[in-house]
Amino acid sequence: MSDTPQQDIPAVLEARAQSRLSRAWDSDVGYAFRHSPVAMISAFVTLVLILAAVFAPIIAPHDPFNPATLNLLNGLTPPGTPSAFTGETFLLGTDDQGRDVFSTILYGLRISLFVGFAAVTFALVLGVTLGLIAAYVGGWTETIIMRIADIQLTFPSILVAMLIFGIAKGITPIEYRDQVAIAVLILAIGLSDWVQFARVVRGATLVEKNKEYVQAARLIGRSPLVIMARHILPNVLSPVLVIATISLALAIIAEATLSFLGVGAPPTEPSLGTLIRIGQTFLFSGKWWILVFPAATLLVLALSVNLLGDWLRDALNPRLR
Amino acid sequence: MLSFILRRIFQSVLVLLVVGLVAFAMFRFVGDPIDTMLGQERTLEDIDRLREQLGLNKPFFLQYWDFLVRAVQGDLGISYRQGRPVAEIIAERLPATLELALVSGALALAFGIGLGIFTAIRREGVTANFIMTVSLIGVSLPTFLIGVLLIYGFGVGVDIRIPFTDTVINTGGMPTFGRGDTVDLGWWTTGFASWDGVQSIILPAITLGLYQMTLIMRLVRAEMLEVLRADYIRFARARGLGDRAINYRHALKNTMVPVITVTGLQLGSIIAFAIITETVFQWPGVGLLFINAIQFVDIPVMAAYLMLISVMFVAINLIVDLLYVLIDPRLRVS
Repeated sequence: MSDTPQQDIPAVLEARAQSRLSRAWDSDVGYAFRHSPVAMISAFVTLVLILAAVFAPIIAPHDPFNPATLNLLNGLTPPGTPSAFTGETFLLGTDDQGRDVFSTILYGLRISLFVGFAAVTFALVLGVTLGLIAAYVGGWTETIIMRIADIQLTFPSILVAMLIFGIAKGITPIEYRDQVAIAVLILAIGLSDWVQFARVVRGATLVEKNKEYVQAARLIGRSPLVIMARHILPNVLSPVLVIATISLALAIIAEATLSFLGVGAPPTEPSLGTLIRIGQTFLFSGKWWILVFPAATLLVLALSVNLLGDWLRDALNPRLR
Repeated sequence: MLSFILRRIFQSVLVLLVVGLVAFAMFRFVGDPIDTMLGQERTLEDIDRLREQLGLNKPFFLQYWDFLVRAVQGDLGISYRQGRPVAEIIAERLPATLELALVSGALALAFGIGLGIFTAIRREGVTANFIMTVSLIGVSLPTFLIGVLLIYGFGVGVDIRIPFTDTVINTGGMPTFGRGDTVDLGWWTTGFASWDGVQSIILPAITLGLYQMTLIMRLVRAEMLEVLRADYIRFARARGLGDRAINYRHALKNTMVPVITVTGLQLGSIIAFAIITETVFQWPGVGLLFINAIQFVDIPVMAAYLMLISVMFVAINLIVDLLYVLIDPRLRVS
């Protein structure tokens, strides 16, 4: 650059001293973020829900999984009114076992979010790796990977997840099934979702691999592994971020659906979906709160992550700028 | 053209072979078939004889071939849980799922296309904007929650007091459980023959069709807006054609091409999402059968369902691709 000597040196130093966070805040995406109420609100709601899940043991007024603290006399207390037997009041009421609904939601949120994040991370690592390899190596490797992706894409991912869950359940011995259920759930949702990542990364890598910097790296003798991981990967990551956010919403919904259908989180580790499944059985006896509050939490979580993903897609899309 | 059709058919067969391999591998490796079929009291001779009988001593790919031949002939094994042939159980359950899919597909198409056209033509209108906002929530709502909410709203019911009067109306009373009265036609059971059956299908069909409806609506709207901007529409306006002729005769025709593709592909996911709806409403179809099979690790039923649904999906995809070429003459020039 020709104008470098004329630049204000303290300003440059100051800019360098700025943290990555504030640089992100000042970037184009940061600007778009500050001017989009929808993005700010949904980011705020998502953050609050994540924090509530992380600090659940501190926030929750009761420990719903410690039988010693439960009092069956408190069972089915409506929200906000004192129990007829013990006089205790519960913000969102209690279920049939006398568990505080607010506390179970916090712990359920923890499991829902954990499974969601873990499944997306798994899908991301698998999909990005396979996508990079397919595009960079090419040939038969590419054909096989992308054919498998095509075949899997013919089926809705929820169906694939159910099938993997069923097979994994068949392989594990009965006495371990509840213990590994969460891990199996993560595996099933992750495996049902890698195709999106692989396709996008493959597309981007095909473009990047012919650029000059990659040729230069190859010329100085860097190994294909290093070129893929250090040179190409950082340049194909921005669409991956968008897909990851949208996938998170989908993974949370998929987990809730599987748990609701009884092929997901076990009753000993209830996620929001399991709570809705339990709540549904009390619907006809008029105990609406056991169902409505977990359902509302799931809806708010899915909606805010979804809106965040939508906004991110628009903000990172160079064609819309 | 011919080479395109042949290539598509070849790809479809390949997909089916791979799915068949997965289904076969499930049979072979998830649990030991010998263990499941022979009880505790067994001798080594029994095991050898059954292994011989089931062909388990043959090479893997020969076994796979036998499995495929049997599947094509309609022999899908015997359910571990019910002890009856899987093909028989599925044939019994299939009408329920197909009737549900049919009604919800029809609902989704009718309302989706109608609302899509409406929101595209009245783009600035208050009603159109309202519909678009509601549809955004519809897309984010998980299917099972829609079902549960419908059960709460129209099955259990909410008391609504009409303002300024003492009349209270309960919104509930709709059937929310099973198919209602069905009529057996020998090879097909139908719920359409009785009022109870017709009532029973309403809530499940709405649950299943709502997502597809919002999807079709948004697609029709987007396509319609695109087409309305095209030159030939402007030319039609210049010729002095009326709004009705332009919107429905000229614009709508060109919007239909992508709509047909997406609808066709969605037909497959209607059948898959029927699993969720059927569980919520205890609808006795193949989806509920599949969920129960997963819960009880009934491998033959799982494998059969997988093959059944993949044949459907592959057939639908193939038909949609061929229809696409038939409808859009631009694709025929290769």
